[in-house]
Formats: sequence, structure tokens, C-alpha cells
Amino acid sequence: MTKRSARRMTWVGAGVLAAGAFAGAVLSMGATRAHERVPVREPERVRGVEVARLTAAPAVPAPITRDYATKVVVNLEVVEKEMELAPGVRYNFWTFGGTVPGSFIRVRQGDQVEIHLTNDMHDQMPHNIDIHAVSGPGGGAKVSMTMPGQTSAFTWSAEHPGLYVYHCATAPVGVHMANGMYGLLLVEPKEGLPAVDHEFYVMQGEFYTKGKNGEPGLQAFDYQKALDERPEYVVFNGAVGSLTGEKALQSKVGESVRIFMGNGGPNLVSSFHVIGTVLDNVYPEGGSVEEHDVQTTLIPAGGAAIVEFRPQVPGDYVLVDHSIFRAFSKGALGMLHVTGTDNPLVYHGGATPAAGK
Amino acid sequence: MTRPGRVRRFGTAALLGVVAAMALGRDSEAQEALGALAARIAARKAMVRIPAGSYLPLYTAGGRTDLRVGVGAFALDARPVTRGEYAAFEALHPEWRRSRLAGSRAGAGYLAGWRGDLDFGGAADAARPVTEVPLAAAQAYCSAEGKRLPTTDEWEYVAAASPERRDASGDAAFKQRLLELYTRPRPAQPAPVGSIFRNAFGVWDLHGLVWEWTVQAAQNDHAARHAKAHGAGATKHDMGCAGSAAGASDTRSYAAFLRYAFREGLTPGSTTSSLGFRCAR
Repeated sequence: MTKRSARRMTWVGAGVLAAGAFAGAVLSMGATRAHERVPVREPERVRGVEVARLTAAPAVPAPITRDYATKVVVNLEVVEKEMELAPGVRYNFWTFGGTVPGSFIRVRQGDQVEIHLTNDMHDQMPHNIDIHAVSGPGGGAKVSMTMPGQTSAFTWSAEHPGLYVYHCATAPVGVHMANGMYGLLLVEPKEGLPAVDHEFYVMQGEFYTKGKNGEPGLQAFDYQKALDERPEYVVFNGAVGSLTGEKALQSKVGESVRIFMGNGGPNLVSSFHVIGTVLDNVYPEGGSVEEHDVQTTLIPAGGAAIVEFRPQVPGDYVLVDHSIFRAFSKGALGMLHVTGTDNPLVYHGGATPAAGK
Repeated sequence: MTRPGRVRRFGTAALLGVVAAMALGRDSEAQEALGALAARIAARKAMVRIPAGSYLPLYTAGGRTDLRVGVGAFALDARPVTRGEYAAFEALHPEWRRSRLAGSRAGAGYLAGWRGDLDFGGAADAARPVTEVPLAAAQAYCSAEGKRLPTTDEWEYVAAASPERRDASGDAAFKQRLLELYTRPRPAQPAPVGSIFRNAFGVWDLHGLVWEWTVQAAQNDHAARHAKAHGAGATKHDMGCAGSAAGASDTRSYAAFLRYAFREGLTPGSTTSSLGFRCAR
């Protein structure tokens, strides 16, 4: 695999050089610019092997401290599993790792990633995985179709840093995704991400149940509602209330918070907003560009963003999809509970105290 | 096809299972008697005469909806093969007992949920569909009854029927029902045969009980059709991408996509615990 892609890269490289020589004769510097716009990425030499530690949302695996590329083995198990979608409402979820969203996978740029996808023997459907960070047909889907009770494996090079969605792509892909088959994979840049006090994993997704929002009992998937893009539920981390009450995210005043925010869709685009703060840093769409002082960031279906902020005063900060009826009445609502001392200079109730007092 | 008749037949199958368990390891006379009983039951197993007709496959050239596939008249088991029936077959054909295949490639996962040869569990399990059976075993079973496995086209043709209509492929409510049957949580054990629904042909349980083995008729090979629709690069894993919508005659037939994807993933040795079969003639 590595050898083959290295060879392919060599050919691509030769092609670029040839094109460069030709273009150079016609227009000086043109070839160099073309080369830079779409870089030729050479897979890095890896040493050693390690097994990725996966986490269930809202937890995130610890930052990678390695300063070299290695082979990372990812053992991911697909499980079809009945769980709670909302209080009293059950749903037969299809999951990566037994949770919605699926297990968080963290690797380093340059790593050679070996995905082992197991499909639980009690499952009824074949499943596979399309990882948006993968360069190759189907993003791995073509080589990871796995029947119940079987395991498949494929290897890819994590060339592009960023935050990526992965999802099941088995036909009919929409049904697999609507049942919860998505998660996030972070390719840390070689230099790592700046240290923060807290990292959280949140992913939005919508559910198309036959029963109306709140109708109790086991709910079936309603294909007409999915076609019409009229979900009964729009939720964070797979269930109404997964990030509220005792399950709220926790931090202290003055601590920095980073959220790896994904959107599994399958249909809706999220207008992600944290009520009560301005996002200091946003990597829109999970890429390398950094934006600052953002109020609401758009997260495409099948996309992600990294957002960072530092709550200045204690209280509850509310995570929402600012398509606000989704937050208010369909479940797209989470809490960050911040403890610590007030800072009236930043925020306080009442009029400003008179100067000099 | 009255209900009492069905119950009586299940009773016989259950009895057979118990007798099979008792006969195991006993004298050959008992086994012979069992074999005779099994043969009688197999001969009486209800089949439904299916008239010639046509159906619209999930994949047609270019996704055209006017390319129906013709299917000749044949007969199809009214219900999937049960564990009791399969135990009777094993009694008669010891070469298909689990212990005989143990250690061989064909034996991997074969009847893995059974307690032992001919021993599929309690009497109540006799009427549940047999699963964990590879293609060769299913073919051997049908052949022993003077039958064969249905082709995928035959199976799909009959499976297009709802309880009310022989061709319910355009019926949105039926599509929704199939999807619900396919995606509901899987019970610890499949229900007894004859418990899901009887379609307009008079055939039970084609959806929502277990997946079923079929064989490809060479001229109607789905993979070949799909390859044609996708160009030369198509592979066995076509059901593994959103591109699988290309060339589909009905991109909203989600249950069909789930079914075709499962079928596509099968290899002859598959002994999946949700995969059973029925026979045709």
C-alpha cells in the first residue's frame, strides 16, 4: 500500500516536474505556483506501532506527544444497539463503538493508520467506513465492507491535518447515517495543537422518527421525513439531554475550552453557537485557516469545526444550533457549566457603578 | 393454508426435533425411523405455485424503470426452512452434521448456536428458521427434497408482493413497512416461521424474519448489471458507497438497498446468524 502510493507519488511528481519544465519555458514562475497550490505530499517514513486509544463523546483522547510518525492501529467495532434518543424514547441506533457519535480517533499528521473494522456478530447489516481524511476511492469504504461477525482492515496515510468526519457508506448510505453512523477523526498537525485546559467532543445529528417528537417507545426510522429533511429530533451527541443537567460539560472561569464540533447530518447544516461567549478561535470546516472573534460558525453536514474560547464569568453557557427551533424544540442544546468567581468588569447585572467610587 | 394446519405442522416439526435429539447416538433403527419421518414431513412441506411474471430489479441499465426482468413459473416454499426440518435432514444425511464438519473450512460457524448434532435447543425452537448454514448446506438440503434454491430474480419477484398486491414496488407505505422490519432491533432468537406476514402470492416471511440464500441466474446476474451501469471499474463492493444510487431503478427503495447490500457481502461460506433459506422447484 505504502510502496504503491509512494510509486504513484513519484509518477505524480515526475508529471509535475515535466509540466513545470514546459510551463517554465513559456511563463517563468507559473509552474512553481501551480506546484504550491496543490502540494505533492510524500508519505512520511514511520517507525514503531501503537494502538489508538479511542474515546466516547464528550471525551477526547489526550493530545499526541510524539514528534515522529508511527503506525497507528485503530480497532473500531460496529454495533447495532437500542438506546435512548430522548426521555422515554428508544431508537435502534447503528454505531461505531457503541455510541453516537462514534469513537473519537486521534492521530498525528504523517501517521500510517491501520483501520480494523469489526461488525458485531449479532448485527443484521453489513457496514463499512468512509473517513474524510483518507485519500483514495470511497475514503476507505470500498475496502472496508464488513459482514456481521467479520473484520476488515485497510491502511492509509494521514497526510492532511485537520478535523474530519467519518461515517458508514454502505447502501443506502442515508439510512446508515440517519441511524447514527458517524464520528470524528482528528489529524493533529505535526507541531500539535496549542495546549488548552479542556477538550470536548460534540457532534450534531438529526433523527427521523416515525412518531412525533416526544412520542414514547421504540421509534422506527421514517424515510419520507428523511427525504423531506423534516427531522423530529436534532441533537448533540446522539440524544436529547446528552449535555445537560448532570451531563453538562464542566470548566472553570478563565480556563480555555476547545470543542471538536462535528455534524453528522445526514441532511442539516448546523449554525453552531455558544450562548454567552464569543469564539476566540475557529478553524472553520476543520481546516488549517484560523479565524478569530466569531459569533456563530457554520458546520456543513459531513463537516466539522474546531472552536476555542475562554469563559470569563461563571454560569451556564449554552451550545446550540442557532437555527433556533432545532435547539428549543428538537434537542440541539447542550450546556457548559462554568464555576468560579464573578468578574463584574467583564459582566454584571445593573447599571455601571459611578466612576471614582 | 389455514392457521390450525400450520400449527399442526409446527407441532410435527417440534416433535421431530425432540425425537432427533433422543435418537442421536442411539441405535441405527431409531435413526432410520427418524429419517423416514423426516422424508414424509419434507414431502408435505407446503409450497406455493408462483405464476410467470416480471419484476423491476433494483439495478437496471441506466436506472431505467421499463426494464423489467421476466421470471418463469415455479414453486416456492411457503415458509423458510425451520430448525426442526433441518435437524431431520441432518438425521437422514449424517455428512451434514456439525460434528462431521468440525475443523473443516465448511464447518466454521456452521450451526454455531446449536447445542450439538441435531440439537437446536428446546422444542419451542423447532419452528424457528434455521440459520448459520453456508450455501452448500442449503443447496444440499433443497436437493435432498428434490428442490433447489430460488434464483435472486425469482426471490425478488415474489418478495415484491405486499399482503395485498403482487407488485407493491410503488407502494410507499409498503416500503416504509419493509424498512421498519429490516431496521428494528434484532430479537435474541428469530420468531417462528409464519409470523411476519403472508404476501399476495401466499408466501410467508420474505421480509423481516431472516435474510435468505438465493443463487444468481447467470443471465440475470445483479453484479453484472451493476458493473454495466457503473462501467468497467465496478467491483464487488459497489454497495459500499453513495454512488450505489447510480443505476438504481428506485433510489428510494431503501429496504431493497439494505437487502442487496447484504447479499452482495455474502460469500458461499457465510454462516451469518441472521441468514436462512427456503427452497424452490
